[in-house]
Amino acid sequence: MGEAVPADRIPSLESQALEIRRDVVRMTYWAGSGHPGGSLSVADLLAVLVGDELRIDPARPEAPERDRLVLSKGHAAPALYAALALRGFLPRAELRSFRKLGSRLQGHVDRGTLPGVDASTGGLGQGIGVAVGMALDARLSARPSRVYAVLGDGECQAGTTWEALMAGGHYALENLVVLLDRNGYESDGATEAILGIEPIADKLRAFRYHTLEIDGHDVRQILRALATARETTSGPTAIVARTVTGKGVSFMENDHTWQARAPTRAEAERALAELGTAGEEAGL
Amino acid sequence: MSAPSPAGSLRAAYGDALVELGGRDPEVVVLDSDLAGATGTARFGERFPTRFFNVGAMEATMMSIAAGMSLGGRPVFASSFAVFAAGQAYNAVRQSICYQRANVKIVASHGGLLVGADGATHQMVEDLGLMRGLPGMTVIVPADAPSARAATFAVHDRPGPAYVRLSREDLPTVTDGSFAVGRAAELRPGADLTIVAVGALVARALAVAEELAQVGVSTRVLDFASVKPFDEPALLRAARDTGAILVLEEHSVLTGVGALVAATTAENYPVPVRRVGVPDIFGESGEPWALVDRCGMSMERIRDEAWELLRLKGKAP
Repeated sequence: MGEAVPADRIPSLESQALEIRRDVVRMTYWAGSGHPGGSLSVADLLAVLVGDELRIDPARPEAPERDRLVLSKGHAAPALYAALALRGFLPRAELRSFRKLGSRLQGHVDRGTLPGVDASTGGLGQGIGVAVGMALDARLSARPSRVYAVLGDGECQAGTTWEALMAGGHYALENLVVLLDRNGYESDGATEAILGIEPIADKLRAFRYHTLEIDGHDVRQILRALATARETTSGPTAIVARTVTGKGVSFMENDHTWQARAPTRAEAERALAELGTAGEEAGL
Repeated sequence: MSAPSPAGSLRAAYGDALVELGGRDPEVVVLDSDLAGATGTARFGERFPTRFFNVGAMEATMMSIAAGMSLGGRPVFASSFAVFAAGQAYNAVRQSICYQRANVKIVASHGGLLVGADGATHQMVEDLGLMRGLPGMTVIVPADAPSARAATFAVHDRPGPAYVRLSREDLPTVTDGSFAVGRAAELRPGADLTIVAVGALVARALAVAEELAQVGVSTRVLDFASVKPFDEPALLRAARDTGAILVLEEHSVLTGVGALVAATTAENYPVPVRRVGVPDIFGESGEPWALVDRCGMSMERIRDEAWELLRLKGKAP
């Protein structure tokens, strides 16, 4: 499955994912609001996508032939901003402005304000449709662009998500990759207690997606799955990434109350200590 | 009264204009959601099959897909019935299209009560309020086939989102097809009263104006096809020149053009305004024009409201 992954890329991407996690804690603390749980769960996926997979260039953020990233779970905005900052799309100092008046770093991502953000999302169940449109446009224009849509599992309860997935399968969009951040939780609790979406991989296969299931915190597995997707020319690929909400911060893990609440200063300090930074280095 | 012009299909005019655009602009693509035979887009699909996408019965996602296709600048037309395009799809139109400033042209057929027999589920009388409330949205209601054709070209040439509302019914030709975004067309000059009308009711405005002329009342008729942006100077000029405005629309009076006209004149040049449109009700099945009459937009009702305005001005017995 997939090409061999050069071993030297992995430590760098793992450290980028760690840096994204630290920034998620900082940004939600500075903002006093936000969605740390689902931002921490998606950190490894975004580290690999933005840091390695996507053919993007901060010097030419609007290049037509670039790959596109649609963060359909737009509430994971701080993780994307942190990843884009690491890739050079914005100064890291600007991360402090997240959710503040006049900032380019809107609470949910907005394509109009920040280079590197390809789609405005927030209301769930729309991002995959936008991604399908982008993939159709690339095919029609004979552009090499590939389109990556990152979904949350809560929005797999939305009918529009499945409408759009059906279209991606129908049009056999080989340039479309859907990554599901399957952290198991939504705002009010566990997805399987609220409205079960399993067996999600079987459903995606039934919708004509070449479907892979991976550990969404294992950089090597993410890289391999993306390589497999690139080699899949018969239709779209879905990657079900099994993740942990709040990953990396013990007291946020598997606790849905961190879906949409910011840490206090003491909580942020504790979280950053767990993520390997303390005192001055924590950067609060 | 001049002989009525032959009725023309707005949907056919739209379909034909799309085919012309398809030949002129190789970037144009058209989406429909399983109503291509009814909306007029099937003609484009026959002529340009690789640039036509019938995505099936999923209007909200059609809007998100259309947005995604357009973000590189490609002009994308997306059609359905008004109740689905503006109602079912509202938040996709809001977030995926308007918030993203996507270059999507929503052309919605079957607007208003004139859907007739299908009944209230298919009679969209709230769409203009929903659409004109969206930042950056252009909203157009052509009164006849030539205007539908011109509006199709106009929204293609104008970057950004647009919503065009078409009637299912054929409508008499009342304009010369010189539609322009942001301009109200003065179809008839007048000094005693102004009728501002949109869409299917423009013809009734002209008919009532002609009747009033027989008894010496001079009525200006403005075709307000460009609902957003709208021609504020022409509206305020009408308020100043004629001192009274009657608004005709096949749409809810709560949020439609009447509400826009009343608010704009109240803020800038208050004159008596009366609104003829759909009151706070749903429609029902019936013959299209009989339904329009029954729901408060009959010729008799329009005459009564015109005379009420003239009485308020002291120009009538």
